Amino acid sequence: MNITVTVNGAEHTADVEPRRLLVDFIRSTLKLTGTHIGCDTTSCGVCTVLLDGTPVKSCTMFAVQANGRSITTVEGLKQNGALSPIQEAFKEHHGLQCGFCTPAMMLVGSALIEENPDPSEDEVRWAISGNLCRCTGYVNIVKSIRAAAAATKEGAPT
Amino acid sequence: MTTTAEPRTTPEIGGLGHSRRRVEDARFIEGQGNYVDDIELAGMLHMAIHRSPLAHARILSIDTSGAEAVEGVLAVVTGELLAQYNLAWMPTLSGDTQAVLATDKVRFQGQEIAAVIATDRYIAEDAAELIQVEYEDLEPIVNPQRALEDDAPVIRDDKEAQDSNLVYTWESGDKAATDAAFDQAAKVVSLETFYPRSHPAPLETCGIVADVNSATGQANLYMTSQAPHAHRTVFALVAGLPEQNIRIISPDIGGGFGNKVPVYPGYVVATAASLVIGKPVKWVETRTENLISTGFARDYYMKGELAISNEGRILGLRVDMISDQGAFYSDAQPTAFKAGLFHIVTGSYDYPAAHVTTKGAYTNKAPGGVAYRCSFRVTEASYLIERLVQNAAYEIGMDPAEFRALNFIKPEQFPYSTPTGFVYDSGDYETAMRLAMDMVGYDEIQKEKEQAREEGRLVGIGMASFTEVVGAGHGEDYDILGLKMFDSAELRVHPTGKAILKLGVKSQGQGHETTFAQIVAEELGIPASDVKVVEGDTDNTPYGLGTYASRSTPVAGAATAVISRTLRDKARKIAAHLLEASEDDLEWESGKFSVAGDPESSVSIQDIAFAAYTNPPPGVEAGLEGVHYYDPPNMTYPFGTYIVVVDVDPDSGQWKVRRMVAVDDCGVRINPMVVEGQIHGGLAEGYAMSSMQYITFDDAGNCIGSNFMDYLIPTAWETPRFELGETVTPSPHHPIGAKGVGESATVGSPAAYVNAVLDAIQHLGVKNIDMPVSSDRVWAAMEQAETG
Repeated sequence: MNITVTVNGAEHTADVEPRRLLVDFIRSTLKLTGTHIGCDTTSCGVCTVLLDGTPVKSCTMFAVQANGRSITTVEGLKQNGALSPIQEAFKEHHGLQCGFCTPAMMLVGSALIEENPDPSEDEVRWAISGNLCRCTGYVNIVKSIRAAAAATKEGAPT
Repeated sequence: MTTTAEPRTTPEIGGLGHSRRRVEDARFIEGQGNYVDDIELAGMLHMAIHRSPLAHARILSIDTSGAEAVEGVLAVVTGELLAQYNLAWMPTLSGDTQAVLATDKVRFQGQEIAAVIATDRYIAEDAAELIQVEYEDLEPIVNPQRALEDDAPVIRDDKEAQDSNLVYTWESGDKAATDAAFDQAAKVVSLETFYPRSHPAPLETCGIVADVNSATGQANLYMTSQAPHAHRTVFALVAGLPEQNIRIISPDIGGGFGNKVPVYPGYVVATAASLVIGKPVKWVETRTENLISTGFARDYYMKGELAISNEGRILGLRVDMISDQGAFYSDAQPTAFKAGLFHIVTGSYDYPAAHVTTKGAYTNKAPGGVAYRCSFRVTEASYLIERLVQNAAYEIGMDPAEFRALNFIKPEQFPYSTPTGFVYDSGDYETAMRLAMDMVGYDEIQKEKEQAREEGRLVGIGMASFTEVVGAGHGEDYDILGLKMFDSAELRVHPTGKAILKLGVKSQGQGHETTFAQIVAEELGIPASDVKVVEGDTDNTPYGLGTYASRSTPVAGAATAVISRTLRDKARKIAAHLLEASEDDLEWESGKFSVAGDPESSVSIQDIAFAAYTNPPPGVEAGLEGVHYYDPPNMTYPFGTYIVVVDVDPDSGQWKVRRMVAVDDCGVRINPMVVEGQIHGGLAEGYAMSSMQYITFDDAGNCIGSNFMDYLIPTAWETPRFELGETVTPSPHHPIGAKGVGESATVGSPAAYVNAVLDAIQHLGVKNIDMPVSSDRVWAAMEQAETG
């Protein structure tokens, strides 16, 4: 069936099989490979994207369910050609190693900051508890998200 | 005690000791990484595998007609078809054989039976489900004790000489000396414990895009490979393809932890299919396929005994164990060592006698035995000795820290020869332990423990003072399938002074592109940002054995330092020519040569590089490049002490880590930020193994732990907070004194977590709880102890 989805600000219309998962639509049809696949059970979270600003696991939605909605993937994080505070913070604070969970972690982090500009360590840990990481022990991911929150606050217009 | 020294280079040069930000991050934070599943080639087909639902059964028939009838299916591959190309079986890294696609029997649940090649992954998966296999049930053998009984059915009846399920027996150390030590002992302390099956479970599963050109025979294989060169050779041997026509490209890897060391049947089938069909074929595992069929780890049943004198000195160690190997013996480890480097089990302690015996058994479980974030069974060894030492201290009424201090190998005893044949290069165990004790406030916690019990609370403090062995070889003793365990670095300095470094190893997140450039920066004074690091392409890098067993820094890092120094020697000749001075009169200071006593007369490494191509000295070969194959004189022995404090709920058995202090000594640290990141990750995986990660099987051989809802990985919410400390005892034989750190925390920490939980309840008489130490097991152990 035909769907129209806005992804990173650009509108895409495509004919998709009703059973096609959103993650496969994003990766295979739109060729946006920054969104990854890590499990079959909605457990690992590496496929997380923002659906109208809210983190969702794109392996647990059909593409057709995104019809008429707006999606942000990691490729949409840069603003006006510059890295966003969350991207800068992950680089500065060594928030990634193999990079496989990173796009999802950054998207969840940015959605959290949008909602809660000054999250505590526990609030960050709870927010990312649907996303697994095997490399970092989460230490520097938490640090990166909190640093991004501080930088966002600092940079926000008063 | 020493800590990381001030860097000798400026931040602009970025040599050793700088927490240089990572080069590889730029692509990952923009979603521009390039993992195997991101690769898409023109005309690419997709493969899905039909797997056995049974653990042990004879195959009576395979009907592929239903799958073949599906629109979009190009081929269905069976073992019978592969047999025509002599590909139905393949060698394992341990010299055993493994079925690529089953022809006679299935030997574990999830074993590969047939593969569907189709135009789309969805179609391939649909069709794979339509394959019908008729089985005759056989007794599934799910534990090695049963496997070794006389009347157990022989799992590997495909092997002519195999009349039992015994894979090997292996021993290390001196039995007579150990028996004598036990005869003299005032006390013998024993512990039987099971290190359960675990799985590395990197978030990216294993996969391949096989692209074989039917006209030229050129095979480009994009693979999740931690060891691309070794895999190229294995492919040449398995498939009979000429090795020059095989190019293994290992692109970005989403974590490995040992899981991406073996060659898996899916790789072979996809390559064969591409060869026959003449189009690229992609195969990427689902998570369930990853957990049920690829390289598991551990699965060791261990019994250890310590002989102890009246004074509390350890006199000897005796270990007997059984290793559950699964259906095919495919440990990825040095040929001569059937139980890997488990004989490091003597640990950080000084005693004259040890004897280790092992039996390996075939069972109806997935093969693997990979070194999951450890250097070939070192995790199991470290766990056993650190659990034993803690229990011994309780039994003789000594404080566990003081018992360790009394028995530690002392700094002046290095190099230290162990009773099982290792020669530890350097160490200062007590300093690391005392630092960890100071950081955690050891004495105060011990006091609090007493008081807590009076208040009805349970507090435990546990430690592990581990010694690891990493960085295999040397090649004389260590090889994989005959390939000596050296590694390599090729350095080319271009005319403009920029350089490219090519390595035989392959990062899976460790940050080689950042840290190896720092070694070149230190040795040649070329800014690290001017050094590009290339790995994971066998056509464009020198041969190496790959990245696992913490061997990249000890072996390829040494190769990098040596080739950098070789080029510096050549640079001296060129500098002498440019400065019209004698080589002997030149002084080297980060990035330039100057004439002694005349610092104004100097020439930079960049000017020297230009001259190497434009104005080489007469009689000196042009260019500034070279390659070095480094065969280490010994392995390196990182160590440290980890201390965990837990609060245990006496009613439910739930436990929570209150403090986790980790003091690591990995010798000289190339990039402290990256080192700490490695330790964080290892401590989290140690926690995972001790508390929840667990693969087990029911009596029928069904894998329990076949997805992330059953095989539990800690989230940020459960994972403890970590406090890190360091001491620095350089390796005396490594060119830059580094020892490797990627696995220390996984090796050392499980015993610390488990010792902490047991410390909280040992006064009740609980001596052991097997991992994972889940709250229900703690509760049951307390109940049982209290009711007797």
